[in-house]
Amino acid sequence: MRYLVSVIDDKDDPGSTDRQPAISRFNEQLIADGYWVFAGGLADTDAATVVDNRGEQAVFSDGPFVESKEYLAGVWVWEAPDLDVALRLAAEASRVCDRKIEVRPFQ
Amino acid sequence: MSDVQEAVTRVHREEWARVVAALTRRFGDLDIAEEAAAEAFATAVERWPADGVPPNPGGWLTTTAARKAIDRIRRESRRDDKHKEAAMVYDDEPPEPVGAIDDDRLRLIFTCCHPALAAQTRVALTLRMVGGLTVPEIARAFLVADTALERRITRAKAKIKAARIPYRVPSAEDLPARVSGVLAVLYLVFNEGYLATGPGTDPVRHDLTAEAIRLTRLLRTLMPGDGEVAGLLALMLLTEARRTARVSAGGELVPLAEQDRGAWDAALIAEGHRLVRERLAAAAAGAAPGRYQILAAINAVHTSARDVRDTDWSQILALYDQLVRRDPSPIVALNRAVAVAELDGPQVALAAVDRLEGELAGYHAYHATRADLLRRLHRGHESRAAYDRAIELAGNTAETAYLTRRRDQLR
Repeated sequence: MRYLVSVIDDKDDPGSTDRQPAISRFNEQLIADGYWVFAGGLADTDAATVVDNRGEQAVFSDGPFVESKEYLAGVWVWEAPDLDVALRLAAEASRVCDRKIEVRPFQ
Repeated sequence: MSDVQEAVTRVHREEWARVVAALTRRFGDLDIAEEAAAEAFATAVERWPADGVPPNPGGWLTTTAARKAIDRIRRESRRDDKHKEAAMVYDDEPPEPVGAIDDDRLRLIFTCCHPALAAQTRVALTLRMVGGLTVPEIARAFLVADTALERRITRAKAKIKAARIPYRVPSAEDLPARVSGVLAVLYLVFNEGYLATGPGTDPVRHDLTAEAIRLTRLLRTLMPGDGEVAGLLALMLLTEARRTARVSAGGELVPLAEQDRGAWDAALIAEGHRLVRERLAAAAAGAAPGRYQILAAINAVHTSARDVRDTDWSQILALYDQLVRRDPSPIVALNRAVAVAELDGPQVALAAVDRLEGELAGYHAYHATRADLLRRLHRGHESRAAYDRAIELAGNTAETAYLTRRRDQLR
């Protein structure tokens, strides 16, 4: 079962910025235990562009699709046997990143 | 009710969870398990009056339900993947030994009370899947619309499936945290039965208190070593023992001090006391008692006094002090103040209660307790105002009737 694991940052209450070494160690452990599929951090939402080509011509707009103080800062994709395993890893991930984590299964 | 109808009702109460649990294990799908179990009980209602009740009703129901489930899977072509085919091959598997089935039910309880589900959903799902209550029954108990509850249960089952919430007893390291969630659900069900809310509702819903006790007993047989499970069962039994004495013939709440203690259920009290003694022995051996064990001990002290004047208030206060250290909630502090009033007088207790205003201003029991203390201090005007506020906030009809009479007795 694959899970999308989203790292949620908060513009009003950002997490600490020195997490990279801890995250790297956590990632190595994920790989060693066979849970790792993919991971990536995202650039700031200021760098986002929304494209809408449902009309006559494509419309490009600057910024993210939804303006909110909480935003997606990065993602993992994990392969885990069930939600209990994913939640246990997510609890660890939240501590390691010092941020909220959303766990969502792929269809 | 005919003998057969009675048998169906009894078998439904005793076997529903077993049937659902066995089917969940076999088909890995709560939806299929529940619908097939419901169909099997419907078939029993149809057939048993003519054919007689089978010698092993639980086995008959599980077999019938399994056939219904397979029929349904066959009908729905989108489900005929390899996994389901495999499940169908073992059509005539021998019945599981009892131990494994009990373990199945425990798995079902933990699945319904999974922390990834919203707290209200856990209650509804447990009552539905483990208790076998119908959606209208649960909706009535918690004063929500049938459709909203149905949606909540459907959504929960979909999440269990899509997110793959496992059907299993959590691992040893997760167990204490997960058991406490299960106990919270059962205590909520019990309390809703014991102090039912809503103008059109019976003040005491015996169906809910009985169901909560039945499920807690089940948990107790499944986890005999867990002190908090024993504690919650004792707490429920000692509370339930006073049920009939708690509401007068006129439908008014009778407070503990005024209850006819001869009307208390001696068998339930004896069982509750036995469990409390067992936990006291464990505590003496070094096991730190949890919240439910302490609450049970407080109720054991109350139910040990043959007359309210014999109540050992200093022991009750000592237990509340122990509880405050574990659970420093304002509601615990409020209940502690009631014991303080008996030992140090209403003036001291009122000072303690007044300190809780910030947190409890919206809680009817805060105002009811204040009203009583102010009455004892002959501060009639303030007492009346506090009764007014308590009546406004109380949702239980018997309690409202009692508070109203108390208020109207004030000069």
